[in-house]
Amino acid sequence: MYRYDEFDARFVRERVAQFRDQVGRRLNGSLTEDEFKPLRLKNGVYLQLHAYMLRIAVPYGTLSSRQLRQLALIGERYDRGYGHFTTRQNLQFNWPKLRDIPEILDLLADVEMHCIQTSGNCIRNVTADHFAGVAQDEIEDPRPTAELIRQWSSLHPEFSYLPRKFKIAVTGAEHDRAVIKAHDIGLRLRRHPDTNAISYEVSVGGGLGRTPMIGKVVRDYLPKADLLAYLEAIMRVYNLEGRRDNKYKARVKILVHEIGVEEFKRRVEEEFARLDGPSVNADPAEVARIAAYFAPPAYEVLPTVSRVLEATKAANPTFARWVEVNTAPHKAPGYAALTISLKPIGQAPGDATSEQMRLVADLAEQYSHDELRVTHAQNLVLPHVRQRDLFAVWQRLGEAGLASANVGMITDIISCPGLDYCALATARSIPIAQAIQHRFADAERQRQIGELNIKISGCINACGHHHVGHIGILGLEKRGIESYQITLGGDATENAAIGEILGPGLAAEDVPDAIERIVNVYVETRQANESFIDAVRRLGLGPFKAAFQEVAHAVA
Amino acid sequence: MAAAPKRPPLPAILLANDLLDGDVVFASVAATGALAWTRDPALALVAADDAAAARLEAYAGSEFAAQHVVDAYLVDIAIEAGQPVPRHYRERMKTLGPSNRPDLGKQAGDGIAAERRA
Repeated sequence: MYRYDEFDARFVRERVAQFRDQVGRRLNGSLTEDEFKPLRLKNGVYLQLHAYMLRIAVPYGTLSSRQLRQLALIGERYDRGYGHFTTRQNLQFNWPKLRDIPEILDLLADVEMHCIQTSGNCIRNVTADHFAGVAQDEIEDPRPTAELIRQWSSLHPEFSYLPRKFKIAVTGAEHDRAVIKAHDIGLRLRRHPDTNAISYEVSVGGGLGRTPMIGKVVRDYLPKADLLAYLEAIMRVYNLEGRRDNKYKARVKILVHEIGVEEFKRRVEEEFARLDGPSVNADPAEVARIAAYFAPPAYEVLPTVSRVLEATKAANPTFARWVEVNTAPHKAPGYAALTISLKPIGQAPGDATSEQMRLVADLAEQYSHDELRVTHAQNLVLPHVRQRDLFAVWQRLGEAGLASANVGMITDIISCPGLDYCALATARSIPIAQAIQHRFADAERQRQIGELNIKISGCINACGHHHVGHIGILGLEKRGIESYQITLGGDATENAAIGEILGPGLAAEDVPDAIERIVNVYVETRQANESFIDAVRRLGLGPFKAAFQEVAHAVA
Repeated sequence: MAAAPKRPPLPAILLANDLLDGDVVFASVAATGALAWTRDPALALVAADDAAAARLEAYAGSEFAAQHVVDAYLVDIAIEAGQPVPRHYRERMKTLGPSNRPDLGKQAGDGIAAERRA
């Protein structure tokens, strides 16, 4: 993992001192709310429905045990004993008091964490594949790139007042687990077919929200060494030409859409040619220094298949099912990347108690080289578990209610906090997720349905990624009541697609029925081994729409 | 920026967030007859006419200026079981807390019990 150098540590401490002073000046009246609000937002402090909310950056979703324990402590001491892992791999506390936040920021600084650039019109926390460094289909670990971008973009003077927020995601794998096509910039590490050199495919102009767009490729093979200069060229074009007259048209996706990808590319290339590349691009020695922090841990030499694991699986079908669903192949023989589901049936997606955080921190320390990850799907990952240790880990997780075998299944629902917490929300999301989970709680039924992503947002801003859910649910207000719009056919992977609306909005209580009808169409018409999303692509919207309409008409 | 100038239909109550704690607070009448903040929505002062609403608006403005509260605005309500209940579900959430966590927020007596003791 990356460790702060003396400059990083001093910088973060200074920010805490500045914020403490800003809070003091707000309270004594030296700063008005209009002056203070942008300052608190720059430190991740929002005002939500019931309380303040503090959003803590988890750079590219990587945490150490020590850091997670500190988050557990903060949750216990200054919040209500739990936190919420977000779709941007961050952690939010729902109940901090403004008076306590400087102290919380100091506790975060103690473990090399902060809340900087988790809000505001700047380059936000850079996200990455949660299996970075361990995935079998990976060409290169994306985290050194993400860390380089983090360092370059932190308080970048030219890009601190962008037209709007800016999100960058990086993957180093064939299969996109980081939703890079729904980001302002998506980077994919890949090999050049002729030279075999590792380079970046650069996509720009993806995003969800009120105008969902899939990112467009502007460079197929950007040489690695040119990354920062090229990013700077993109940011300059956006900073200069992105709209500032209308908040809803200010994201780079609108600029790319309005002038066209070819014209956008031309302007970026022109700017790139004008830039003094060597003065912008990172020093190769610095790039190497950063990369060294992400060197793989000292794996044991193990057989590819663990006989211990096979024996325990044979003796315990529930465990076997959990291993099948929640583990992913690992680069190192005899190891697995384990996803811990934060979606037990009936719980708020992504919520974890301080006790659960401590348990996961302990397990990471004991079984996963002291390291864990947060996924954009609001789960946690132990990236380096010996296969033979999986049974012990499973037992301990089970005691804490964290052994749900549902990763990627219909109950592994992404959900924003919605109107239960969020001041921007137009409807609740969490209770919808809970109702669907209860409807499909049966493990065998989930197994029969297979991989199916439901994603729920409580407003058009789409923090719950509903546009790219196989089934998406958007909560809106319709004539004073909560109404839910269902979309179908979205995809968050390398086959990125925006879902299409099935029909009129439904009342909350009708949503599980509608989902069930849609799922039944799939189960009844699928071909052998055909996944839900593949069936939707083959069949089109027609049969699903017809089934949905039956529910919509019955309640109309 | 002071309280929203647009007035909702009456009757209405005034709610805000406490600047220091973030808690939702409601304008109520203290024993002295002056306006004061309470964390208990049942104690919110109900403004039934324009003069009462104007008094709440003036209080919102002065309390905002005095660094006591933020995001103060009037909310139209109905009287249910003798208590003011916001007509819109969003503001009802603010008088209750997260619906998935009945153990948290005002529905669990957060801040209210302490106030009653005081």
